[in-house]
Amino acid sequence: MISIKELRKEFTVNDKKIVAVDNLTLDIEKGEIFGVIGYSGAGKSTFIRLLNGLEQPTSGEVFVNDKKFSHMKGESLRIARQKVSMIFQHFNLLWSRTVEENIEFPLEIAGVPKKERKQRVHHLIELVGLKGREKSYPSQLSGGQKQRVGIARALANEPDVLLGDEATSALDPETTDAILDLLVDINERLGITIVLITHEMHVIQKICHRVAVMEDGKIVETGKVLDVFQNPQETITKRFVSQLTGVEDTLPTLETIFQHYPNGSLIQLTFVGQTTEEPVLTELIRNFQVTASVVHGNMNQTKDGPYGTLIVHIDGETKQIHDALQYLQSIDVKAEVLNNGSTNNE
Amino acid sequence: MGQQTTNDKTSLTEQFFPNVDWVQMWEATYETIYMTALSTFFTFIIGLAIGLLLFLTAPYNMWANHIVHFLTGSIVNIFRSIPFIILIILLIPFTKFFFGSIRGANAALPALIIGAAPFYARMVLIGLREIDKGVIEAAKSMGAKTSTIIWKVLLPESSPAIFSGITVTSVTLVGYTAMAGVIGAGGLGHLAFLHGFQRNNPDVTLVATVIIVAIVFLLQWIGDTITAKVDKR
Repeated sequence: MISIKELRKEFTVNDKKIVAVDNLTLDIEKGEIFGVIGYSGAGKSTFIRLLNGLEQPTSGEVFVNDKKFSHMKGESLRIARQKVSMIFQHFNLLWSRTVEENIEFPLEIAGVPKKERKQRVHHLIELVGLKGREKSYPSQLSGGQKQRVGIARALANEPDVLLGDEATSALDPETTDAILDLLVDINERLGITIVLITHEMHVIQKICHRVAVMEDGKIVETGKVLDVFQNPQETITKRFVSQLTGVEDTLPTLETIFQHYPNGSLIQLTFVGQTTEEPVLTELIRNFQVTASVVHGNMNQTKDGPYGTLIVHIDGETKQIHDALQYLQSIDVKAEVLNNGSTNNE
Repeated sequence: MGQQTTNDKTSLTEQFFPNVDWVQMWEATYETIYMTALSTFFTFIIGLAIGLLLFLTAPYNMWANHIVHFLTGSIVNIFRSIPFIILIILLIPFTKFFFGSIRGANAALPALIIGAAPFYARMVLIGLREIDKGVIEAAKSMGAKTSTIIWKVLLPESSPAIFSGITVTSVTLVGYTAMAGVIGAGGLGHLAFLHGFQRNNPDVTLVATVIIVAIVFLLQWIGDTITAKVDKR
C-alpha cells in the first residue's frame, strides 16, 4: 500500500543542515492502522508530509497505491492527493464555512457536481455523528466536534489512505477515545489505511496494529504493537511503554517500599494475551512457599488483545523465590526483578 | 398657513446660514460622494490584487518570487510615503494626458486611487498574513489549485480584515477628496475652502464639515455592519 524507500529530507536553517528524516525504509500494509510515535523534533511531522507530497524528499522514494508520490508535481500531484487525505492536530477548518460547507470543500476541489456533493455531505455528517450541526460554524463547536468535521472532510473524496497528524493531541482524554473509536470504525467499515503520528502511547495502544518508534529522523524500532509493548528493545521505546503502564510514576513509591520491606524481591510481571486471564498469583502462592503482595497494577487493551503490568513484592526463602521466578518464565509471563531486597540479608 | 410655516423655516435657515447656497451645497455633496464611491471601488480592486500579489510572492509562499515581491513592495512603499497633496501635483501631467483637464471630479480619481490603493494593499497583506497557515496547508493536502486557494480560502478567511480595511480606506478617501478639491476637483472640500474660508463665510465651512462628518459616520456604520456579518470566528 505505502512503500517508503531510503527516504531522506534535509532542511537548511540559518546555513545549518538539519536532517529531519534520515534514510527511512518502511512498508505499510493495506487496511492497517499504523502508528508512528516519537517525541517532538523526531521528524514525525516531516515524515507524514512526505507521504502526501506536502514536502518533497531530498532523496529516496514514496509509493502510495503504486503511485510514486515523491517528485510528483502539478496536476498529477493534486489529483493523487485527493486519495490521500489528512487530519490535523488543530483541525484546520475554514472558520468562514459551516460544517457542511467545510465537508463540501474537498468535493468542490475534485469537481463533484452540486447534487452529488449534497448527498455525500449528508451521508458523511451521519457517519461522523454530527447530525443537527450542519449549519453551525466551527467556532460554535467543541474540539471533538471540530475533529469530526475534519474526519468527514478527509473522507469526502473516498481516500485510500488517511493521514493523522497528531489528530488527538489537542483533545481531552475522553474526546480522544471517542475520536479514536471513530477512526477504528472507519478503518473497519471502509477499509481505509490509516497512518497516525503521535507522541501519546495511549493512541498507539488503543487503535494501532503496528507501530514504529522514531528518533532523530530514524525509525529505531518497529513491529506489532503487542510485541513492541511486551519486549521493547530501545531505551526510547521502553520510556514510551512505561509512560503507558504507569511504572514510571510508581518508581518513587517503590523507593518507599524498598525501605519498608528490606527482605524479599520486587518483581515486575508483564502479561500478554492469554496469560492476563490466568490466576497467576494464586498459583504462585499455592505452589511455592512465598508471600506476594501487589504494589502496582495496570492493564491495557490493545487492538490485538490485553496487556498487563504488575509489580509484586515476593518474600520467602531465596530458593523458593528463585523457583517461583522459573515458574513464571515457564508460563510466558515476563518477570523482571527490580531489586533483591537488602544485600545484608543474603 | 402652510406657506407661512415654510417661509418661517426658510427664514430660520437663512438666519443661521445666510451665505449657504443649498443647491450648490448638495451639488458639492454629490461630487464628494461620487469621488469617494468610485475611488473606493477601484482602490478595493487594485489594493486587493496588490495585497494578494505581495502575499503570494513572499518567501516560502505559493508564488514565491523575490524580485516581484521586492519590486511590488517598493512601489507600494514609495506611493504610500508621498504626502497626498504632493502626489496630486506630481500626477498633474498624467491627469492632463488622460482627461485633457485637471479639473472636475473624474480628474481627481487617478490621484485618489494611486494614493489609497497601496495603503489598502498593506492592510490586505496584514489580513492575509493572519490566516492560519494550517488552513492553507489543509487545502493543499486536498489537492487545491492556487486559484482555488485564493478564492475559497484566502479571500473568505481574511474577509473581516478586507472589509474593515476598506472602511478605514474609504474614510481616508473622503479626506483626500477634500484635498483634491483644492486643485479644482469640486466637492465639499472645495466648497469649504473656496466659499467658506476664502470668502470668510464660516457658516458654509460649518455646514460642509457637518455633511462630511455625516458621510464618514455612514461609511463607518456600513463597514462595521458588513465586517460583523462576515466574521464567524
